[in-house]
Amino acid sequence: MATEFHNLQELRHSASLANKVFIQRDYTDGTVCKFQTKFPSELDSRIERTLFEDTVKTLNNYYAEAEKIGGQSYLEGCLACLTVYLIFLCIETRYEKVLKKISRYIQEQNEKVYAPRGLLITDPIERGMRVIEISVYEDRGSSGSSSGSSTTSSSGR
Amino acid sequence: MKNCEYQQIDPRALGTSNTRTSTTLPCGRKNSQRLRRKWEVFPGNNRFYCDGRVMMGRQCGVLPLTIGLIFITSGLFFTFDCPFLVDRLTVFIPVIGGVLFVFVIMTLLQTSFTDPGILPRALPDEAVDIERQIDNSGSASYRPPPRTKEILINDQVVKLKYCFTCKMFRPPRTSHCSMCDNCVERFDHHCPWVGNCVGKRNYRFFYAFIVSLSFLTSFIFGCVITHLTLRSQGVNGIIQAIQDSPASVAELVICFFSIWSILGLSGFHTYLVASNLTTNEDIKGSWSSKRGEESGNPYTYNNIFTNCCVVLCGPIPPSLIDRRGFLPPDDAPQTVTSDTELPPFMSKNDANMCTQGTKELLQSMALSTVIQSTCTPGTPKTAPVTQESLLRTVSITVSPPNRPPSTGCSGHQAQRPIDVSCSQKGNKRSAHHTHKPMLRVSSPPYSLSHSPLILSDGPDMGFIPLN
Repeated sequence: MATEFHNLQELRHSASLANKVFIQRDYTDGTVCKFQTKFPSELDSRIERTLFEDTVKTLNNYYAEAEKIGGQSYLEGCLACLTVYLIFLCIETRYEKVLKKISRYIQEQNEKVYAPRGLLITDPIERGMRVIEISVYEDRGSSGSSSGSSTTSSSGR
Repeated sequence: MKNCEYQQIDPRALGTSNTRTSTTLPCGRKNSQRLRRKWEVFPGNNRFYCDGRVMMGRQCGVLPLTIGLIFITSGLFFTFDCPFLVDRLTVFIPVIGGVLFVFVIMTLLQTSFTDPGILPRALPDEAVDIERQIDNSGSASYRPPPRTKEILINDQVVKLKYCFTCKMFRPPRTSHCSMCDNCVERFDHHCPWVGNCVGKRNYRFFYAFIVSLSFLTSFIFGCVITHLTLRSQGVNGIIQAIQDSPASVAELVICFFSIWSILGLSGFHTYLVASNLTTNEDIKGSWSSKRGEESGNPYTYNNIFTNCCVVLCGPIPPSLIDRRGFLPPDDAPQTVTSDTELPPFMSKNDANMCTQGTKELLQSMALSTVIQSTCTPGTPKTAPVTQESLLRTVSITVSPPNRPPSTGCSGHQAQRPIDVSCSQKGNKRSAHHTHKPMLRVSSPPYSLSHSPLILSDGPDMGFIPLN
C-alpha cells in the first residue's frame, strides 16, 4: 500500500522524495543524444525492466528523429541561411517540435506508468540533456514505518 | 527498495539550481516580490541583454572594433567610391555591396549574441551521484583520483574529462572555456573579435560571417582598385587620383590587411568544415598525428559534402540554459555555483574547482540542515539530531577546520548564506575530502531517517512540477 499512488496529485501531496536515479548519456554513437538503457539497480523493485527500457528507447528514438540529418533538415538549414537565419524568429525548428513531443510523451508516461509506482521522470531538457532524472518517492502517508528503511515501501509490487 | 543504499534525502538538503524543479530552501527567506529569471543567476561569465534574449561573453573583446571597422570601411566605400563607380560602370556595385554588408552584419550579430551551446552546470544531486560513481575506491588520499572516462565512439577510444567547475563529465567534443567559464558543446574557440565562444549552435553563423566578410573585403578592395585606376586614367595620373579621393586609400589599407587574415581564416575553417573538425581538436592534434591520417576522427562522415552539410545545415539544437525561464520564488539565489558575487573572493580557475566542491557538497549535505534548524524554529525537535548526526558523519571525512563554515554559514544567513561564506572558507583539503562524505553519510541511516519525515512537514515539498 505504501506506493500505490494512483495519480500525480496523490504523489505530490502524500510522498516524500527518497532518492534520485540518474540515467547517463550513451556516447557510443558519437555526440547524438542517446541515453543508456542499462537498468539501474535502484529501480529494481519499483518498476519492471521492460517498461523502463521501453521508455528510454522511445526517448532515444525521439532524439534521433530530432537530430536526423536528411532532406528536411538540409532544406531548413539552407532556407535559414538564405534568410540570414531570421526565419527562426517566425517558425519553429524541427528540433523544437520534437522536443515538445518528447515532453508530452514524458508527461504521459509519468501519469500512466511511473507515478503509480512512486516514480517521476524529469524531462532531460531541464537537466541540460545530461541525464534522465528519475525521482523515487516514498509514501509519507504510511509515515514512520515506511520512511525509515524503505523496505516496506515497495516490496514486491 | 530492498536495501536502501541512500538514506532518505531531504529534498531541501539537495539545494537548488536554475531549473524548474524546485527544492526550496529551508530558510523560507522572502525574496523580492519580482520573479527572477534564470539568466540573472546564471553562473557563467556572460552578459545578458533584453531581459535574457541576447547573450554574449563577458569580455566584449574587440567586438566594437570589428563592428566599427566594418561600418567605417563600408561607409567610406558607399560614400566615396560608389558614386564614381555607378557613373562609370553599373548600379549593381552598391547593390552587391549593400547585400554583402547586411549579410556580414547580421551574421556577426548572430554569432555574438547566440548561445554557443553552453551546457548548464550539474545540480548538486547529480554531482553527488557522479562523485559516488567515481569514488568507488573510497581510498583516503589527498589528491582526487584522475577523472577521466574512456568510451568507444565508432571504434575509436575517446577520453571524457571531468569538469570541476561544471561538475560533470564533459560530453565528447565539449570543452570548458575559461573566458566565459562555461562548458560549450562542440567547442571551436573563443573569438575575441566576436566577443563570444564559437560552438555547436553558432558555428554556422561564424562561418557565414567570415566567408561573407572575405567576400565583402575582396569586393571593396577590387572596387577601390578599379576606382583609382579609372580615375587615374582620366585625369592626371595616380597621385591626382589619390588626392581626389583620399578615403579610398584608407579603405585600401584596411582591406589589404584584413584580406590576408580573413581569407586565411575562411580557408582554414573551410578545411575544418570539410573534415568535421573543430579548431580545438585541430590545434591539439587530437586525431591527426598519432594515427597518421584523418581516419582517426570518429566524427567524420568520410565525405566532404556530407561533412559540410552536417556542420552547416544540420539541425540547431535549442539553447539548454533556458535564460528566460522564471526561477521559483523561494530559492532564487541558491544556485549551484558561484554567481557574480564570487569573483571578488577568489580567482576563477583553481579556486572554482576546490571551493565549489566544498561549498556545494557541504552545503547540500550538512549545512542546509543546520541553517534550517536555526532558521525555522518551528521544527527544532529533530533538527538538532539531524544536525549532530550529519556533522558527525561529515566531520569524519572533512578536516576539522571545516567545521567553522557550518556555523559561519548560519551566521551569514542574512545574505546569500551558503555561496559567500563557504567560498571564503573553502580550502583545498576540504575539497578533496568532500568526495568522501557520500559514502560515509550513508552509514548511520537510522538517526537521519526520521528527520526528513518531520522536516518535510515544512511549507513546501518541492515536488517536481510536471510540464
